[in-house]
Amino acid sequence: MKPPALSFHKKPSEMSRRDFLKSGGAVATITLAQGVTLMAFGGQAGAMADPGKRWGLLIDVGKCTSDCTACVTACSTENGWQDTGHPETDAQWIRKVDLVDDATGHELSLPMMCQHCDDAPCIDVCPTTASFKRADGIVLVDKHICIGCRYCMMACPYKARSFVHEPVRGQKTYAPRGQGTVESCTLCVHRVDRGDSPACVEACGKTGNGAMMFGDLMDPESQISQALLNYPSLALRDDLGLRPGVRYQNL
Amino acid sequence: MKRLLVMLFLMLATLPAAAGGLAPVIPKASGKPHPEGNLFMRINHMKLMKHDRDQTVREGDREIGHSLKACIECHAVNGADGQPVDISSDKHFCRTCHDFAAVKVDCFQCHNSRPEAKSQVLILPRPGDTNDLAAYLEGAAR
Amino acid sequence: MERTIYREIKVNRPLIQLAALLVAFLLAAASSWFYIEHHGHIVTGMNNQIVWGLPHVFAIFLIVAASGALNVASIATVFGKVPYKPLARLSGLLAVSLLAGGLAVLVLDLGRPDRLIVAMTTYNFSSIFAWNILLYNGFFVVVAAYLFVQMARGMPYQAVQMVGFVAFIWRLILTTGTGSIFGWLVARSAYDAAILAPLFIAMSFAIGLAVFILVLTLACRLTDRALGAKLLARMGRLLGIFAAVVLYFAAVQHLTNLYVAEHAGVERFILWNGGIYTWLFWFGQVLIGGLVPIALVFHPTGGAKPASTITASALVILGGFAQLYVIILGGQAYPLEIFPGFTASFSFSDGQINIYIPTWLEFFLGFGGIALALALSGFGMKILRILPTSLSDANVGQD
Ligand code: HEC
Ligand code: HEC
Ligand code: HEC
Repeated sequence: MKPPALSFHKKPSEMSRRDFLKSGGAVATITLAQGVTLMAFGGQAGAMADPGKRWGLLIDVGKCTSDCTACVTACSTENGWQDTGHPETDAQWIRKVDLVDDATGHELSLPMMCQHCDDAPCIDVCPTTASFKRADGIVLVDKHICIGCRYCMMACPYKARSFVHEPVRGQKTYAPRGQGTVESCTLCVHRVDRGDSPACVEACGKTGNGAMMFGDLMDPESQISQALLNYPSLALRDDLGLRPGVRYQNL
Repeated sequence: MKRLLVMLFLMLATLPAAAGGLAPVIPKASGKPHPEGNLFMRINHMKLMKHDRDQTVREGDREIGHSLKACIECHAVNGADGQPVDISSDKHFCRTCHDFAAVKVDCFQCHNSRPEAKSQVLILPRPGDTNDLAAYLEGAAR
Repeated sequence: MERTIYREIKVNRPLIQLAALLVAFLLAAASSWFYIEHHGHIVTGMNNQIVWGLPHVFAIFLIVAASGALNVASIATVFGKVPYKPLARLSGLLAVSLLAGGLAVLVLDLGRPDRLIVAMTTYNFSSIFAWNILLYNGFFVVVAAYLFVQMARGMPYQAVQMVGFVAFIWRLILTTGTGSIFGWLVARSAYDAAILAPLFIAMSFAIGLAVFILVLTLACRLTDRALGAKLLARMGRLLGIFAAVVLYFAAVQHLTNLYVAEHAGVERFILWNGGIYTWLFWFGQVLIGGLVPIALVFHPTGGAKPASTITASALVILGGFAQLYVIILGGQAYPLEIFPGFTASFSFSDGQINIYIPTWLEFFLGFGGIALALALSGFGMKILRILPTSLSDANVGQD
């Protein structure tokens, strides 16, 4: 008896958008034994990361209060990273920073997370292409090929990435994470892919502060694009020209 | 050579009780069986998952046919306490063959080896697996 | 001048003792590694602010020394200096051994050393790091070829020269690559400087030669082979020049950085109020690693003594280590300036000097790399005809 052989006609990266559209869904074509072909139909092509979109955040620093950490708590619960009592080595996908203006003494508070740069230094330096940007602008670590070299952490101007220092147990099934790899804010891709907004944005809205807005920067009609159009905002470390997807207002 | 041995082992595993002591006992799963068939899955599950994981992680496609999260749900095995066992138990679905074939996978350093709390299913062992039957029944009674 | 005869070294009591010591260090490194693998990097001194710690200092030290150790061979075959010719084989052997030691430390300090195969098979060509992996692999091949043409019978000398030239160019590119790992990090004010590449090349010249001198002396003493005082003094003076070049580049590095307003903060930190880093800079790098060895080898009366050269080599190594510590850890200890014009009043780490305290595990890992390099070169001398039977001044040619 000959065992069934398996071959993928194309790697996902080689499969063009047209292939998907033609077939009307995400399709993996599998060749069972000689001549027997099995088509595994996925959902709609629209379920893929859409290159016609660029997800981004707009943070209104004027509405963010220093005693509120709802976004941090929400992120930690959603993605299953915890405070283990040693902040220097703990994961911090999102952190709150309180600032004092040196010239005026004015006090500010804001959340910091991966800024999802268009031209991200972490992607440039990653030796294995584990750091990558999805078609819709979300910068991620592919933890399956991350070797834990931490060069991306050296390169990130925002200190947005964390290295998992300890063995992890009891992860969320939709947010795997484990020892020896680098991680950072994923913009809650698993929620975005099902049409929700990131957990931090939702939590910030629930507190009534509403300091965080999530949306598609490429859609001129979206709420976030309109807000960016009508009010001044800035990107952190704009001098580096990285075109982050996260922008700040009233800073 | 290694391939050959693996093949041999897989053939053995298809013979039910006859191979008793030799082959591992693969726990039954819930849900619909794989359209490709068990033998195909035994041989190709790693390639399928690798392909589909890139599909999800890099392309953002969530509607994949071979999601690790889903394997864990249909293939959950309950332990003595009626809860699905995690990978530290040799009853865990993914370990039954791997222990036998001396394969080590790192997936569960990151992926949870148990399904999300609500979707628990009680899995009964295959006939012939008398040793563990008591434990399962005990788990069921709870 | 007699013909140079190369012979394998013979095992004797002191060599066995040295080997036992090296094995002890290797075992210590292996256990440290297992411990770190099992518990995660939490047991080391690193954290999310200082991500490259002591193992990287050791690894980069060894990699820089590797390319520098090859210089002796280049001086002989590329620049045609006759007295260095008998040393060329050892130079090549030491270069590959040091590189192997350095890479071992680098790999063992990865978060997922088990995925080394990924690093070897998936390359991101916009990453300097990926290029470095290729450069390291190429270095092994080129230097192995270089050793082969030197040792093969009846090889025309032009072939040796040609391969030697390729090796020389390769090592220059390799060190440029090592320096660029840091030089291209625009995010960090301590690193964002093209000068780091030539600085690293200068450091490799000095550190590599110093390591070579020490290993050569040790090998000759342990196997009772003559080593001419003139030859040693000659290398000592060269070392002095290299040390001066390093000082020069370091001065340029810090002066240009002082000139750039946004880098003034980090300069003040390194040069003035950075605690351990300031201390290591002035006392370790400048004094111990620069001024003292230069004075030693150029001393009008004492400079020609073997002891001066040997001491100077040891000091250059210590100084080089201090310098890398300041570059790698000092650069990370200084906070990132994300909000110019603001002071962070509360957060876990923004705007504060980051603390790094290395643990013994990291020391053992690093020393393991050194032990591996020494063990490999010793083993090479044992099985290959690397070391000349005599390097007495009468035996070594003049140019
Ligand atoms: C919808 C539920 C479901 C999902 C999801 C699922 N399986 Fe299965 N699987 C089954 C069923 C049912 C069988 C048949 C069990 C039997 O025959 O005892 C089976 C059989 C198998 C077998 C053969 C077992 C044997 O006895 O030879 C393997 C291997 C396997 N699955 C692996 C996987 C892997 C890997 C995944 C994840 C990519 C997965 N399965 C996902 C339901 C599922
Ligand atoms: C270092 C951590 C890590 C390891 C180890 C790891 N994964 Fe993943 N895996 C992830 C992350 C993170 C995701 C992305 C989850 C998401 O976006 O929803 C993922 C997603 C997946 C997915 C798609 C989502 C799903 O649940 O089906 C598959 C399939 C997958 N991994 C398979 C594997 C397999 C097989 C292994 C073992 C060979 C493995 N992974 C090892 C971190 C890891
Ligand atoms: C029917 C027995 C069987 C079951 C059940 C099984 N595996 Fe496997 N698996 C194997 C065998 C046999 C190999 C080795 C194949 C080879 O080496 O060619 C393997 C290899 C793998 C590999 C590749 C390992 C490597 O180093 O190349 C992965 C990943 C993997 N299995 C994941 C899983 C996961 C996840 C599960 C549980 C959902 C699972 N397997 C359940 C038999 C099984």
